[in-house]
Amino acid sequence: MHIVDRRLNPGSKSLENRQRFLRRAKALVKNAVKKSSEGRDIKDVLEGGEVSIPLDDMDEPRFRREGGTRDMVLPGNKKFVEGDILPRSGQRRGRASEPGEGDSEDAFRFVLSRDEFVDLFLDDLELPDLAKRKLAEAEGEGIHRAGYATSGSPANISVSRTVRLALARRVALRRPRPEQIAELEAELADCDEGRRAGLMAELAALKAKARRIPFIDPIDIRYRRFETLPKPVAQAVMFCLMDVSGSMTEHMKDLAKRFYMLLYVFLKRRYRHVEIVFIRHTDRAEEVDENTFFHGPASGGTLVSSALQAMHDIVRSRFRPADWNIYAAQASDGDNSGSDGEIAGRLLTEMILPISQFFAYLEVGESDGNAFDTLDSSLWSLYERLRANGAPLSMRKVRNRSEIFPVFHDLFQRRGKQEKTAP
Amino acid sequence: MIAPSGLLFEGADWDFPTLQRIHDACEDISRSELGLDVYPNQIEVITAEQMLDAYSSVGMPLFYKHWSFGKHFAYQEAFYRKGFTGLAYEIVINSSPCISYLMEENTATMQALVIAHAAFGHNHFFKNNYLFRQWTDANGILNYLDFAKGYVAQCEEQHGRLAVEQTLDAAHALMSHGIDRYPGKKKLDLRAEEKRAGKRRLHEESAFNDLWRTVPSGPAKSEASLNTERRRKLLGLPQENLLYFLEKAAPRLKPWQRELLRIVRHIAQYFYPQSQTKVMNEGTATYVHYRIMTCLHEQGRISDGNFLEFLQSHTNVVFQPDFDDQRFSGFNPYALGFAMMQDIERIVRNPDEEDREWFPEIAGTGDALAVLRDVWANYRDESFISQFLSPRLMRHMRMFHLHDDPAETAGIRVDAIHDARGYRRIRRELARQYDVGYIDPNIEVLDVDLAGDRRLMLRHAVVKGARLNETDAKRVLQHLANLWSYDVSLVEVDITGSVLKEYVVNPRGLAAAA
Repeated sequence: MHIVDRRLNPGSKSLENRQRFLRRAKALVKNAVKKSSEGRDIKDVLEGGEVSIPLDDMDEPRFRREGGTRDMVLPGNKKFVEGDILPRSGQRRGRASEPGEGDSEDAFRFVLSRDEFVDLFLDDLELPDLAKRKLAEAEGEGIHRAGYATSGSPANISVSRTVRLALARRVALRRPRPEQIAELEAELADCDEGRRAGLMAELAALKAKARRIPFIDPIDIRYRRFETLPKPVAQAVMFCLMDVSGSMTEHMKDLAKRFYMLLYVFLKRRYRHVEIVFIRHTDRAEEVDENTFFHGPASGGTLVSSALQAMHDIVRSRFRPADWNIYAAQASDGDNSGSDGEIAGRLLTEMILPISQFFAYLEVGESDGNAFDTLDSSLWSLYERLRANGAPLSMRKVRNRSEIFPVFHDLFQRRGKQEKTAP
Repeated sequence: MIAPSGLLFEGADWDFPTLQRIHDACEDISRSELGLDVYPNQIEVITAEQMLDAYSSVGMPLFYKHWSFGKHFAYQEAFYRKGFTGLAYEIVINSSPCISYLMEENTATMQALVIAHAAFGHNHFFKNNYLFRQWTDANGILNYLDFAKGYVAQCEEQHGRLAVEQTLDAAHALMSHGIDRYPGKKKLDLRAEEKRAGKRRLHEESAFNDLWRTVPSGPAKSEASLNTERRRKLLGLPQENLLYFLEKAAPRLKPWQRELLRIVRHIAQYFYPQSQTKVMNEGTATYVHYRIMTCLHEQGRISDGNFLEFLQSHTNVVFQPDFDDQRFSGFNPYALGFAMMQDIERIVRNPDEEDREWFPEIAGTGDALAVLRDVWANYRDESFISQFLSPRLMRHMRMFHLHDDPAETAGIRVDAIHDARGYRRIRRELARQYDVGYIDPNIEVLDVDLAGDRRLMLRHAVVKGARLNETDAKRVLQHLANLWSYDVSLVEVDITGSVLKEYVVNPRGLAAAA
């Protein structure tokens, strides 16, 4: 008989099968993910969770029979006698369908892990091309520790490791300890003549052995080893710019927030480290924390250029464009003071766009409003003009919560597809 | 027999020496007291997660990759995480050596129970039952699965994942009709099977000559000259093993596709005995673990407390809810099998008048285990029940027979109950419930229109008015047509020979397979 301990075997043997299943059900699962994410707070989007998909393409058909006359033998007769007729009810007694049995339901429920969920959620989305170029090029060299080596520069000697090895060697070879020798010497100092010769010999042997086995041997010495490795710029900063003047309602702010959250989730997938900078502005701009950003009261006129200037200053002081991928998303209801257009346009094209990977402008509106169907807002027409002149801007209008995801999806769609659809 | 030597374990904790001691103690008893004959045992300790993994590949330690296993896994996992279902205490594999998986969370008592149950009960049944001896090759199965896994992976590499997946989908849909139901010329030898596939591949490689492709094919034989009789004989018709038929006769399958069908067919065949012996298999294992555990307790090798823990698990396992109980979902094979085997023991040792009348061959012969060993070796569920279900047990379980005829508007008729008039009828009907001949629809290949459009003609012999579920039937036939690559028709015929329904399906090309 053998007993085998399999507990340490690598688990999730069926991971591959699970991936195959998800791949096959991709379209279905994607829909389910979208539907399930609609009902959630965007904050919870990152959590995995249960989704249910229609069984249509996923079932495994078999020849099954149904109907016809049936005979069954059952246990637990209490009062029936031969010849009794039992009335049929909708649910036949004793044949209750088993709850949750796959083929009796038209939907199939299962749990997606967090990663699977977000992957599917953000499937088909891609960073703008610009960003990828940057990512590939901007490689710095870094060094990191990589264990120990037997050779190296004296500056890199690892004392603790060396002493540890030396100690092990000394113990293994039974090098006499200094205390042992001192003890013998003390004994030698006051002993009678008879024992002296024996002790002397013993002491000499011990001393010789201690000399033969050095305290630290060259073979004990270890050096810390370092390796250099290329380091892609794996950090991103995301600027959230928002107009908080009186004309922005809670609804509009909520729309903007949802967009920012999506952008955050998306960037988080691509970069190891993502920082967020919140800049709100009325006629002057300030950097604030998240809570103030969304909920802090503010009033005043509207000068978009102030926010752009603030962003530029922050970039210059804290986020060197060579080290950071810079993303910016601006949300506004489109109001801007007429005289500001020129300055904002220049700031944007000359300062902000050259250093950003991506600049998105999101114009938010009331869910029942139709104002910007009739007339483009001042900011919209300004950006539209810049875009016509070739500035790499992305801009969309959003009015309903349900439009946020499609708009986001639209902005980050894989380029290949867009090119194909574009004439 | 080794003299009893104190407790095997104390409390709930166990370690590997404990398992070894338990196994050795069980082995002594199974040999000396029960006379079992088992494959060598291999006991593997696994975690809950690994148990879930094992579920999704039908309990086998290795299996080829397919999305449907991932689906089952996702399903099982969702249920397990919600706490709707617990996990099995063990899984046992019909192989030599016989592999039993034990969950690490089991207590020492549970491990003893599981070792007695799986490593001796199931193991003896696998080794001795005629169905397993006839249809499965315990020595070869693991190697064959290994080969299958490798072969499928290799096909995916060579022919694309999609083409392989479609072929396997189709084969899985027909799996229940890929079984030889009657013993054929030779016993299945999976090792030889694996060698054969390897040799064929080698031969293909060595004999490969691209020139053959360019040789013009001669004028086709006049197909009209083949008369029906000869054709049917050549194709081995009628044939109820659909996968076998496709593997041998489907005109446009590639060799690797035939090999895939063959793999699915062999695996279906391997599981065929298990589906026919659920009651007996679990009954045997339960009877054996009960005997072994009781014996260990009597020898003083299991403490009273642990024995009570065992009894509680055992009672849960053999619990049979009544038909009107919420928990009822058919007969519990553990309960029925165990009750029948205990009943046989009683009939052999201590029969009453009724037993002598019903079971003259075994009543009072005295050696219960000899009788049981014979039963374990030579019966399957259907024959076991129709031979050994006693009136006493029918009364005890209060069995009754319902006859549900949709044409009868008044309701469902109670056809027989546990009384003198009903015993034989109940026994016959219950046995029939376990008869594979009645469980699977009877579908066979009738003919192929070789002279015309190569249509494959199938027939479903309708029994008791039970027709095929239409949606599923269409989907399965679509798979079948894709493999056959020409039209497929299926007629449903009742006993009088009148056609109830006809399906015709056209093939859809398999991706990249053509």
